[in-house]
Amino acid sequence: MNEYLNIFFVILRRDLTLAFRNKSEFINPLMFFVIIIILFPLAFGSDSALLKQLTSGIIWISALLATCLSLEAIFRSDFEDGSIEQLTLARYPLTLLVSAKVTAHWLTFGLPLIIVALLTGLVLSVPSQTMLALLITLLLGTPVLSLIGAITVALTIGLRGGMLLSLLILPLYMPVLIFSMLAVQNATVGQSIAAEIYFLSGILVLAITLAPITTAAALRIRLS
Amino acid sequence: MSLTDFLSMGGYAKYIWPVYGICAVVLFLNIALPIFRERKVIRELQKRLQSEESKT
Amino acid sequence: MSLYKKCHRWFHQFASPKYFYDISHIISKYAIVVCIICFIAGLYGGLILAPADYQQGDSFRIMYVHVPAAWMALFVYVVMAVAGGIGLIWHIKLAEIVARNSAPIGASFTFLALVSGAIWGKPMWGAYWVWDARLTSFLILFFLYLGYIALQSAFEDRRVAARAGAILALVGIVNIPIIHYSVEWWSTLHQGSIISQIDKPTVHMSMLIPLIFMVLAFKTFYVTSLLIRVRTEILEYESNTSWVKQLLRDYKNVTN
Repeated sequence: MNEYLNIFFVILRRDLTLAFRNKSEFINPLMFFVIIIILFPLAFGSDSALLKQLTSGIIWISALLATCLSLEAIFRSDFEDGSIEQLTLARYPLTLLVSAKVTAHWLTFGLPLIIVALLTGLVLSVPSQTMLALLITLLLGTPVLSLIGAITVALTIGLRGGMLLSLLILPLYMPVLIFSMLAVQNATVGQSIAAEIYFLSGILVLAITLAPITTAAALRIRLS
Repeated sequence: MSLTDFLSMGGYAKYIWPVYGICAVVLFLNIALPIFRERKVIRELQKRLQSEESKT
Repeated sequence: MSLYKKCHRWFHQFASPKYFYDISHIISKYAIVVCIICFIAGLYGGLILAPADYQQGDSFRIMYVHVPAAWMALFVYVVMAVAGGIGLIWHIKLAEIVARNSAPIGASFTFLALVSGAIWGKPMWGAYWVWDARLTSFLILFFLYLGYIALQSAFEDRRVAARAGAILALVGIVNIPIIHYSVEWWSTLHQGSIISQIDKPTVHMSMLIPLIFMVLAFKTFYVTSLLIRVRTEILEYESNTSWVKQLLRDYKNVTN
């Protein structure tokens, strides 16, 4: 067991080091996230009541789109230099290695994204109870995005065109978006958000249990 | 009931008949296209088989 | 011989391409006959015999396309995922072929359910598209189908494509209930007053019996369309085996 934990942290540290060394890959999705958020005030006028209502939704949709762009980074460099094949041949379960890589993706993309979302929320003066709900849903939701995303990336990596990935992944993301936005809306009008939080946690637990296994199976198929 | 009554569908003709029309087209395509493809594949495989057999 | 062994043998025999190719001709012959009879009975009953609904007038007759198409859209996705899973676990080629060739048919059924639902919505709600829970989740289902087809066509190697598609279909099947309930919840919170009548028509026996015929017709239609596609692909896969070569010679003799 200890050995497995060790391996997990070795892979995690390796991926984090790689991500921080290649700063553009790490920062570009976040820039994209902020730029999409900026587009909305430009389109609807900076001051409108409509925009105030939409802010948390805009943040969530931007997060989804930015995730689509960042996902490929999970396996791309390993796929290009062939180290992914080494990983599948290792004597450790591929599921474990995949979980480490997904964790690394969330730490380098999901976590900074939540911080940036918090800052944008503050700048755009989102009310505090809405902000709290937004943060909780992002905290529960972004790991799901990384986990489900890893499956589709494993299926599509190396195929021509990045459009396919977005086409496959966005329908699968819709429940997360729906529950998160329901929670945010409930919080805005001062209602309880427990039900939505339970659902999001349930989806997260399901994703943590099944997604790494599925991702490992998908990688094996792609590399066979 | 007369034929015009039937065709007018109690005033809902312009909703009902397009639905049945689209349904007919979609179902027809789902049979016709596979049949065409089956014939094409058989023809191609026959051609390939013939050229193989004429060589030997 | 024990029952288990019998089933086991039958299963393997059934999954062998040659046996399936032969038996599929017999199955599809019966399926076509049942399909045509059910279509005639269903259409006659649905369009002529059934009385107009006291609330919806004659517009409820769209149900005879909409409901079977919607049922089959979900049914075909389940078939696709289960067959894909069987192909994935036991490496049965036939299951892979069934899974892949179900996708375009299922997408057509979803398309039909969406279009008929939207056209039905016009007299019911006054607009072609409302964000009704059922319509919305079928739209998402449609995109799941399109994604599966797109993934299939992105691979050169068909076996890799089939297995990758199986994973996607299995992920989709876990997601479909979640999508369904999330969308249902979302739509009841957003519009409350609009209750979908599409799925709850006041059903009288004279309306229900044609519906059952139409469901049977759609089901046998799926079988027919699927078997033609599967046969074609078996021929392509097995084109180097002696039985296919013999078959091609026989076909030639018939056509000449």
